Amino acid sequence: MNIPAELKYSKSHEWVKELEDGSVLVGITDYAQDALGDLVFITLPVVGDATTAEESFCDVESIKAVSDVICPVSGTIAEVNEGLADEPEKLNSEPYEAWIAKIENITDKGELLSADEYAAFLETCEEA
Amino acid sequence: MKLIFEQGGAGHCLSLLPECDVPVVRPSKVRAEKAPLPQVSETELVRHYRTLSKQVYGVNDGVYPLGSCTMKYNPKINEDMAALPGFTDVHPLQPDHTVQGCLGVLKEAETALCSITGMDRMTMQPAAGAHGEFTGLLLIKAYHRSRGDAARTKIIVPDSAHGTNPASAAMAGFTVVNIPSGPDGCVDVEALRKAVGPDTAGLMLTNPNTVGIFDKNILEITEIVHAAGGQCYYDGANLNAVMGVVRPGDMGFDVIHLNLHKTFSTPHGGGGPGSGPVGCKAHLAQFLPGPVVEAAGDGSLSLVQPEQSIGRVRTFQGNFLVAVRALCYLKTLGREGIPDASKHAVLNANYLMHLMKADYDMAYDVTCMHEFVMDLGHMKHETGVSAMDIAKGLLDLGIHPPTMYFPLIVHEALMVEPTETESKETLEEVAAIFHQLAVTAHTDPEALHNAPSKTPVSRLDEVAAARHPILRWS
Repeated sequence: MNIPAELKYSKSHEWVKELEDGSVLVGITDYAQDALGDLVFITLPVVGDATTAEESFCDVESIKAVSDVICPVSGTIAEVNEGLADEPEKLNSEPYEAWIAKIENITDKGELLSADEYAAFLETCEEA
Repeated sequence: MKLIFEQGGAGHCLSLLPECDVPVVRPSKVRAEKAPLPQVSETELVRHYRTLSKQVYGVNDGVYPLGSCTMKYNPKINEDMAALPGFTDVHPLQPDHTVQGCLGVLKEAETALCSITGMDRMTMQPAAGAHGEFTGLLLIKAYHRSRGDAARTKIIVPDSAHGTNPASAAMAGFTVVNIPSGPDGCVDVEALRKAVGPDTAGLMLTNPNTVGIFDKNILEITEIVHAAGGQCYYDGANLNAVMGVVRPGDMGFDVIHLNLHKTFSTPHGGGGPGSGPVGCKAHLAQFLPGPVVEAAGDGSLSLVQPEQSIGRVRTFQGNFLVAVRALCYLKTLGREGIPDASKHAVLNANYLMHLMKADYDMAYDVTCMHEFVMDLGHMKHETGVSAMDIAKGLLDLGIHPPTMYFPLIVHEALMVEPTETESKETLEEVAAIFHQLAVTAHTDPEALHNAPSKTPVSRLDEVAAARHPILRWS
C-alpha cells in the first residue's frame, strides 16, 4: 500500500497535502481507492462553499456503491480538480496525483495522522 | 445472440394480427417514413423469444439467495386465481356495484395484511417498495401539517438502511439525517437520542435490520422518536422474518410499506409488476391516497375518498392482480401457515449460516433472522478473491449470487437469504458449492478472477457500462 511520507491522513482515508500558502489539497488514499473499487463518477464540491472537518464534502461512485468523501479540514473550497469529472479513473490509477479540491482559509484541521500513524491505523483496519 | 432487428428479412411476416377493421386516420404529424420495425416469420419470432427465455435465471430455475429481496417461490395457484375472468374481464371505470368481487379482494387483502402488521388501514396503490416509502412519508408530512407543525423537516435514517430510504425522504421534501449503527449493526440508541428534536418528522427503519438482526431495543427506539414528536416508518423489506410472529404496529410503528412481490409471493424483478401497499395507524388514515374501499352497513362495498387524502399516487387501485395473488397466498397458508413460513425462513437462514461458517467469516456471528451477511474482507486480503469474484464463480455453478456489497457498513459483503421455500437438501448443496468456491479461492484464485466462463456472456465490463452506457439500438 502506497503511503507517501510527506502527506497527512484522516481515519476516513483521505490525504491532505499542506501547501506553502497555508491552503491544502485533499484527495483519497490508495487504500480508499482499492477498497472502493473502480470509480465511475465523482460529484465535485463547489468553489466558494464552506467545508466542515469530518463532514461529507463530495461523493464518489464505484461499481459497488456511492460513498461520501469526508473533508478532513474546515475551510473554503478554493479550487476543484475539474478533470476528475471526465476521468474519475485517475482516482484509482494515481490516487495521490488526483487531488479533489484545494481548500483555503483553514480554521480547523480535525484529527490528522502522519504517514507512519496512518500505516499503523491501516494495520488495525485489516485486522478488524 | 442476434437482436430481433438483425433477424428475418423483407417480406417475412406472420398472421397473428387480424385485419384492421377501424377507419385509418392520418394525422398531420404522422411520420414521413415507416419505422424500421423487424420483419420476421412466426417461426423466427418464437425461436427468438424462446432463446431469450433460456438465457435468464429465475427462482423457477434454481436457488436465488438474493439477500434483502426475498426471492421466494411463487405458488402457481396464485396465477390461476389472477387469471379468473371475473378479475381480468373488468374495467377500472365500471360502477362499484358491478365489481363487488374485485372490491372484496382489495378489502379482504387489506384486512388480512393489517392484522399481520398491526395497522388500521392500508392502500394498495403504490406500485413498488420505494413508491410505498414515498407515499408513507407524504402521510407523515400531511400529519404534521394538519397539526400546524411546519418545523418538522428532518427524517432520521440509520447508515445501514436501504438506499431507497434516504432517496424517498429527499423526494418527499425532507432533509435526511444519517445516524451510525452500533458495533452489533443495530441502531445506536444514544446517537438517536442526540439526533431527535423539534425538527424531527420521523424515523425510517427496518426490523430485522439490513444485517439480518432483530433490533432488541425497538420499543425504546420508537418511544424516543414519539417522545420527540416524530412518527415511525417501518420499511417492510424484511417482514418475511416476522410475519404473523411480531407486528410492526406493536413495535411502535405508525406507518409501513409492504412488498407483496417479496413477502407475499408475487412475481419479482423483471417478472413483476410489483406492489408496495402502505398501511398506517388510525391517526394517519384520513390522509391515505384515495379512493379506499369502504363497507356500508348492508355489506356492499364502494370506493370512498378519505377526508384529507394526499391524493392519488397511482391510477385506479394500483396493480390489482398482484393483490389477488397476495390474497391467494394468504388464504392458502392461513393463520398458522403465515407465521410458519417466517419461522422456516429464519431456520433456513440459520442452518445455511451454520454450514458456511467454517469457510466464510460472518459479519455478525450471532443467531440471525431470515438472512445473514458474510464479510469476505479476510478472504480478499489473503487470496485476492473478492465478494465479486465469489459471486461470479457462483454463476458458473448454477446459483444466482447473493446480494453484493450491501449493506455498505460491511465492505466485502455477501448477503444471503435462502427463504423458506428451499429444502434442507438444497441448502446443503448450496453450502457445498460455496465450500468448493472457498477452496478454489485458496488453490486457484485466478480461475475466480476470470469467472464466469459457462454463462451466455462472460464477465461484464461494469466500469465501461457505467461510464459509457449504450442504451439504444441503432
